[in-house]
Amino acid sequence: MSLTAKDVAEILQALESSSFDTLDLDLNGMKLHLRRSGAAPAPATRAAPPTPAAPAATPASVARIIEAPPGTVPVAAPLLGIFYRAPKPGEPPFIETGARVEPDTIIGIIEVMKLMNTVRAGVQGEVVAIPARNGELVEYGEALLFVRPD
Amino acid sequence: MPIRRVLVANRGEIALRVIRSCRALGIETVLTVSEADRDSLPARHADRVLCIGPGRPGDSYLKIDTVVQAALGAAADAVHPGYGFLSERAPFARRCEESGIVFIGPTAAQIDAVGDKLRARAEAEAANVPVVPGGAVQGLTEATALAARIGVPLLIKAVGGGGGRGMKRVDQLSDLPAALDMASGEAGAAFGDARVYLERYVARGRHVEVQVLGDGRGGVIHLGERDCSVQRRYQKLIEESPAPVLDQRLRESLLAAAVRFAARLQYRGAGTVEFLVDADRGEFYFLEMNARIQVEHPVTEMVTGLDLIAEQIRIAQGGDLPLTQAAVRLEGCAIECRINAEDPARDFMPSPGRVRDAAWPQGEGIRVDTHITTGSGVPPYYDSLLGKIIAHGPTREVARTRLAAALAATRISGVHTNLGFQAQLLADAEFARGGVDTGFLARRNG
Repeated sequence: MSLTAKDVAEILQALESSSFDTLDLDLNGMKLHLRRSGAAPAPATRAAPPTPAAPAATPASVARIIEAPPGTVPVAAPLLGIFYRAPKPGEPPFIETGARVEPDTIIGIIEVMKLMNTVRAGVQGEVVAIPARNGELVEYGEALLFVRPD
Repeated sequence: MPIRRVLVANRGEIALRVIRSCRALGIETVLTVSEADRDSLPARHADRVLCIGPGRPGDSYLKIDTVVQAALGAAADAVHPGYGFLSERAPFARRCEESGIVFIGPTAAQIDAVGDKLRARAEAEAANVPVVPGGAVQGLTEATALAARIGVPLLIKAVGGGGGRGMKRVDQLSDLPAALDMASGEAGAAFGDARVYLERYVARGRHVEVQVLGDGRGGVIHLGERDCSVQRRYQKLIEESPAPVLDQRLRESLLAAAVRFAARLQYRGAGTVEFLVDADRGEFYFLEMNARIQVEHPVTEMVTGLDLIAEQIRIAQGGDLPLTQAAVRLEGCAIECRINAEDPARDFMPSPGRVRDAAWPQGEGIRVDTHITTGSGVPPYYDSLLGKIIAHGPTREVARTRLAAALAATRISGVHTNLGFQAQLLADAEFARGGVDTGFLARRNG
């Protein structure tokens, strides 16, 4: 039994989307040990009421929120849903890094229960970064992209 | 199917309560929050937090599609709706069912069945559960005939109404025609539904409700009753189990009636069957069924030793009831006070803001369910419940004394609270004797 790079990628993704910090796999003597970077050993049991302790395992959504590059403003998700960068699968994205946007430029789609909502930039300038990933859940207010305004 | 990840579609103390039971069961939690609740205590305890919109409930917690999308996007197996918000919205339960997400609660059809008052009343009659003498009427002739059978005083209520809105009291049969006209007109204007019904007016009524658990296959047990007669404008303030000074035969028939009602619906999960106990006649009548976990569920947990949230989850997974009726042990007495951010000196006006300092009580038999700690925000968009203090003891008097001491030891500053008001109620001689009716508070406050 061997693990392909694809298998490892899938296992990594499973860990990423879980609330666990470490994963140990033993497949007929082939051992794989994965640990979330910076993960501390999990607390045994959580104390009862008002213990505003450290949050539990790093939520997956938090992991990809990046700091706004200097001089940029975020274009925030106007609602929670699945974010799509292109009008249809296989088609080119609405915008790429380096593109210029106007306030009414469509920058993506957010799907809520099969209902497609177009998202507009709301700002004029140059797209510097696109932290939101295609086909993934974005929460309300999450930065979809960063724009350097004119 | 085992539930491994639950989306908690609520906020406040009940969200934290659900998260805690999930954690004890080894279940991951995803909490949906509004912008106003991003930094709340439940948000700090959930495994994952998803912001679903701005503070106003209509823009976040009440958005069915957004909450279901959040559950799908976070790969949650199940949704726990808590109480309020979407907990008794049949379209939400249905949408979950259609999306392959377990709704931790009854079926959408059951929510529909108990949500419509006339239908619930018909179900009660079919289950041989007593209802308040009365019924729907069309036109004056029908109303006059029915009124003669019920007797006066009687109430005219809107079919589509609730919370006491659109009610008319009739003290003499000669007043009926005018009152009927007015009630029907008001109901049409307020609820878009001009249908009305008549029912007997109970001068001294007690609110007694029964906690039931159903397996969804017709198996139902009860976990005793709760007396919630201390109410202010239909808002419960103090709840206790068992109901004090209640005739034992009446208690037993009331518990049996609740089980019959839920069994007829093949009810699934935790639910509460509410009754009005007519203190003068020694009778009881079905009021409604609440198809959700209740705010006051801790008093039942204190006397039964069960975790009702865990039982909801167990049943949602298709599990059996935790125990047989014969094995249910009701031990001692439990009383709960709701602590609200409101100002009794200013007609109980809500008092949102930031809690500067919060010190909750501890001690033998004391339990506190709260999401409020030093520095917590109390947003203006939601109900004003800060937490619940519950005391358990071998007797009602011990529980009452423990609760009074616990309230005295509680310190909350930064927002107004009803702590002092609740302490006075606990010390009231009539309350201390037990068995007050729902008019107790109104009489006391003049």
